[in-house]
Amino acid sequence: MVATTLEPSLASQPFFEGLSAPHLALLTGCTSNAVFNAGELIFREGQPADRFYLLRHGRVGLEIFLPAGGPLTIETLEQGEVLGFSWLFPPYKSRFDARALTLVRALSLDGACLRRKCEEDTALGYELMKRFAPLIIARLESTRMQLLDLYGHAR
Amino acid sequence: MGQSSTVILEPARLADLFAALHDEGYEIVGPTVRDGAVVYETLSSTSELPQGVGDEQSPGSYRLRERNDSALFGYAVGPHSWKRYLHPPRVTLIRAQRSAEGMTFASDGEPPPRRAFVGVRPCDLAAIALQDRVLLGGPHVDPVYAARRRSCLVIAVNCTEPSATCFCASVETGPRARTGFDLALTELAAGAGGVSPGILVEVGTPAGAALVEKLEQRPASAAELQRADELLAAAAARMSRRLATAGLEERLYARYEDPAWDAIGQRCLACANCTQVCPSCFCTTVVDSTSLELDPAGAQGPKAERHRLWDSCFTLDFTYIHGGSVRTSAGARYRQWLTHKLAAWRDQFGACGCVGCGRCITWCPAGIDITAEANALGAAPAPGR
Amino acid sequence: MDTPVELAEAAALASPRAIDTPDPMRPVPFVVLQNTRETGDTFTLTLQPAGAPAPFRFAPGQFNMLYVFGVGEVPISISGDPARPELLVHTIRAVGAATRALQKLQKGEVVGVRGPFGTAWPVEPAHGHDVVVVAGGIGLAPLRPALYHLLLHRVQYGRLVLLCGARTPKDLIYARELREWRGRFDMEVDVTVDRATADWQGAVGVVTRLVERAPFDPGSAMAFVCGPEVMIRFAVMALEQRGVAARSVHVSMERNMKCAVGLCGHCQFGSRFVCRDGPVFPYDQTLPFFGMREV
Repeated sequence: MVATTLEPSLASQPFFEGLSAPHLALLTGCTSNAVFNAGELIFREGQPADRFYLLRHGRVGLEIFLPAGGPLTIETLEQGEVLGFSWLFPPYKSRFDARALTLVRALSLDGACLRRKCEEDTALGYELMKRFAPLIIARLESTRMQLLDLYGHAR
Repeated sequence: MGQSSTVILEPARLADLFAALHDEGYEIVGPTVRDGAVVYETLSSTSELPQGVGDEQSPGSYRLRERNDSALFGYAVGPHSWKRYLHPPRVTLIRAQRSAEGMTFASDGEPPPRRAFVGVRPCDLAAIALQDRVLLGGPHVDPVYAARRRSCLVIAVNCTEPSATCFCASVETGPRARTGFDLALTELAAGAGGVSPGILVEVGTPAGAALVEKLEQRPASAAELQRADELLAAAAARMSRRLATAGLEERLYARYEDPAWDAIGQRCLACANCTQVCPSCFCTTVVDSTSLELDPAGAQGPKAERHRLWDSCFTLDFTYIHGGSVRTSAGARYRQWLTHKLAAWRDQFGACGCVGCGRCITWCPAGIDITAEANALGAAPAPGR
Repeated sequence: MDTPVELAEAAALASPRAIDTPDPMRPVPFVVLQNTRETGDTFTLTLQPAGAPAPFRFAPGQFNMLYVFGVGEVPISISGDPARPELLVHTIRAVGAATRALQKLQKGEVVGVRGPFGTAWPVEPAHGHDVVVVAGGIGLAPLRPALYHLLLHRVQYGRLVLLCGARTPKDLIYARELREWRGRFDMEVDVTVDRATADWQGAVGVVTRLVERAPFDPGSAMAFVCGPEVMIRFAVMALEQRGVAARSVHVSMERNMKCAVGLCGHCQFGSRFVCRDGPVFPYDQTLPFFGMREV
């Protein structure tokens, strides 16, 4: 049964370190295992964003599809990283494509279910915010560095 | 200190000193008036010395005045310093020649003339010693400076007439020369104690002693030595400016990011006058040029030359790299100059880079005073920082 | 303490080299054996002394001043193998008049060389430690001699990690060698690009993110970092966040240089002369000035 087999996996994730046992149990109820083959699309831009993933193995590429250029990878995520922020806030739609570049194993969490539980248990909501916010900030910093085009021609 | 002797010359006998120097093949460089300032140029006789000339200096102002006596050295320093002879403003470093066989490089082999520097003020003596540390004391020796340094004779003149911008006493470089000279002169005008006019000559080296022996002189009397001491002590006491040096380095580093620098930057024109007149500033740049001349016979290929020119950390492209400069604001460039002179110099060369000559104060068109700025920045930071 | 003039006299007399010194500003002619294009604006010159062949000994991290006839001189890191001093190798990016002139050089043409100058990557003090090499863009060029040395003496080091960032896959220099090194079992190589091309299957993102995951022991590792100064700032932050001490991180700095021998004053950074006290510095020695504006 899902609750017994996946709770230890969740508990061992650094991302969930420090969560209380009841909160961990709540999360476990929304968690399942996911496997994607190399090349498989994990989510598509514009689709309802109801899940997020904790990558346990493999590499995922965040892509934008360019009209005249095809898919372009704008960032890659590796083992240990979190994929998917769009489930947190309206309009709950994915902003990019995500594709498994290699075989990917991940813990998949049901965002829609989690949102309901966070409305009821706001402490859980705050715990999740505390963990997501630094990731989003780090992603922003990295993106800004990429924008600087540091290796490009002299300014 | 063990200086061998102090003798006295009658003022007219200074001409004999010039003659003795000429006999030994020295080109004499000393003070003379040109374009409204006392500058250092080649002298052929003592008649070219600024007799009866005095100066009035203040921030951003330099004027010569007529004295009511015939003192030969009755003024302080002008815009020139001895670095124009030891570390010249323009030097040809390398000549490159391209040919079918490749490329050859030749250093400029011209030996410098033997020069006697007459009228080196104690602050400038200290500055020469500082430039010795930079250009001779590091892992790489500057051969241009080394050649000129070895072939010069130094005749110092102690200062009895400091200007209002002088502050050598507070940095302990003057007004009396202590070391680094072959001869040190002190001009004694007619004065109290029955001392007649004369030039006290202190011998510093065997070369100096050999020169003195050729002159008509006599040992200085106790009264004359005392007169010199009095004049020099009075000169030291007359200096109103002082640089507070205790702990200055640490305090400047502590205030490295203080908004005070930008305030100075609002006034500073980044004109680089201060670095040109400063006797210890040593920064240079290298420029390349190709000669348009070709050997008509075609045996030699094109020639190129590399020249070294004085440069200044105040220029915008001093720190140019990767399409931009590191120090663009005037405040940052002023900060570089001041903290290098008064703090980084100590880390790099073991001594403060400022000798208290006051030239940067006099020749700054904005009248920025290094002592005022350094003392303010070196003071305890304002509360709240 | 010697008085200043005594000091000067001693310097001038005790070492007649003051006059006889081979002029530190005089270049030595070298012949171009090869000019290879690496990427769009980056190329590698392989040089040998004009005249009798002689080994050019240098320590990894040092640089030369390269002179182009009539155009000028530029400081360029040496990027060859210190164990093969018969060839002098420089990888150069064409960004200005002198480097563009170097780019046009053909086999057989002559350049002037002065050097080697500067401090080296601390490959000896790193014995027994993990070594993390973080290279951004052309920053891999001054690090390559260190990598050659580390690999030649592999047993003397712990884990060896190379983290490499470039603008796009086309801008990666030494791509062939990177692939060879990635195939070794005693070295970890991670490459990332700021922006991908359609066929790029590797990591996309800033090189500093690779630091978070790299396999090394932060408590005892030494890091060698080279690249644009902004990248160095962020890489050092990422290394410190993993627990690497500031004194164990070594960075290579750049400033305007004219003489390369500590006499012209241009390359000063705080109280350091980058040409003489650097270009390789332990990071803690660049403080507090590193990261300060307009220093």
